[in-house]
Amino acid sequence: MPWEFAEGSPIWRQIVARIKAAVAGGRLAPGEKVASVRDLAMEAGVNPNTMQRALAQLEQEGILHTERTSGRYVTENVEILEGLRRQLASEVIAELYHQLHALGIDDNQIVTMVSTWKDEN
Amino acid sequence: MAVLECKALSKQYREIAALDAIDLSLEAGQIIGLLGPNGSGKTTLIKLANGLIKPTSGQILIEGMAPCVETKAKVAYLPDRNFLPEYMSTAQLLDYYQDFFVDFDRKRAIDMLTNLGLDVSKRLKELSRGTREKVQLILTMSRNAHIYLLDEPIAGVDPAARDYILRAIISNYSPDSLVLISTHLITDIESVLDDVIFLKQGHMVLHESADDLRERTGKSVDGLFREVFAC
Repeated sequence: MPWEFAEGSPIWRQIVARIKAAVAGGRLAPGEKVASVRDLAMEAGVNPNTMQRALAQLEQEGILHTERTSGRYVTENVEILEGLRRQLASEVIAELYHQLHALGIDDNQIVTMVSTWKDEN
Repeated sequence: MAVLECKALSKQYREIAALDAIDLSLEAGQIIGLLGPNGSGKTTLIKLANGLIKPTSGQILIEGMAPCVETKAKVAYLPDRNFLPEYMSTAQLLDYYQDFFVDFDRKRAIDMLTNLGLDVSKRLKELSRGTREKVQLILTMSRNAHIYLLDEPIAGVDPAARDYILRAIISNYSPDSLVLISTHLITDIESVLDDVIFLKQGHMVLHESADDLRERTGKSVDGLFREVFAC
């Protein structure tokens, strides 16, 4: 099955987000070898240039790196991995925060409600 | 250098302008969607690139040359209809393609046919429509051409066959060749495209990178297409 993409946002950005989530969540482990551009493009059902662009972006951010002869790997750099996790977490929090605000819940209530929810579940 | 170039290209059928002053320059290493409703000029453009018809005015150039025997050797064409003799088996068609095209990579074709699990001794007329389309695509894509012109490769086949055909196009991607795909079924194909070209009544109304277009408009290519071509 090809990967699912949302409408109206560049596919390369969506691929970047998807691979970041896989790395942060450990589904792509630190030091793990990443499939070739062609294989990934086939799996995702996307243009190889689009996949290349996404991987280049991930390399630029240090999340992936290329070994000259053997291919592309997930970083083992703990700082980068921790930074990535924080970045993604803060995006989730931002969305939650805005949604709760839209329901008319104020900042103090948000903190209380989140910790109450955790206790109850 | 542009692999495919159109300069003020026009094609007139009596009083109807099938294509009107198209200026276009396409490079190798790209998969391009030629998008437009029926009658917008997609097939006309593809036939001009093949040398099957002649321009009324303007030029179409394949690597700098007007379509001729020499350019046909570099262009692999998948027409929008059944074009192979129905009494032939896939095995016979392999020989047929090898005889016709020096750039035909028989091994690649056999690999892809094997992948498909196809019985190559079956005649074309014994195959389902979807399978026949796949065979035609495999034969076309197994040429080491500089340009692949695919006219409606996914029309009239089921979603699984579409998926197969799109994967075949992706797996045959080469930085040295141009793939031009005409279709009006955009949703299925948009993730495969570098650039999109919108044709409307013989005019080119848009030529842009698909991802840039999504970013600029906040819409899918299909969504924008429906807006541009709303009746």
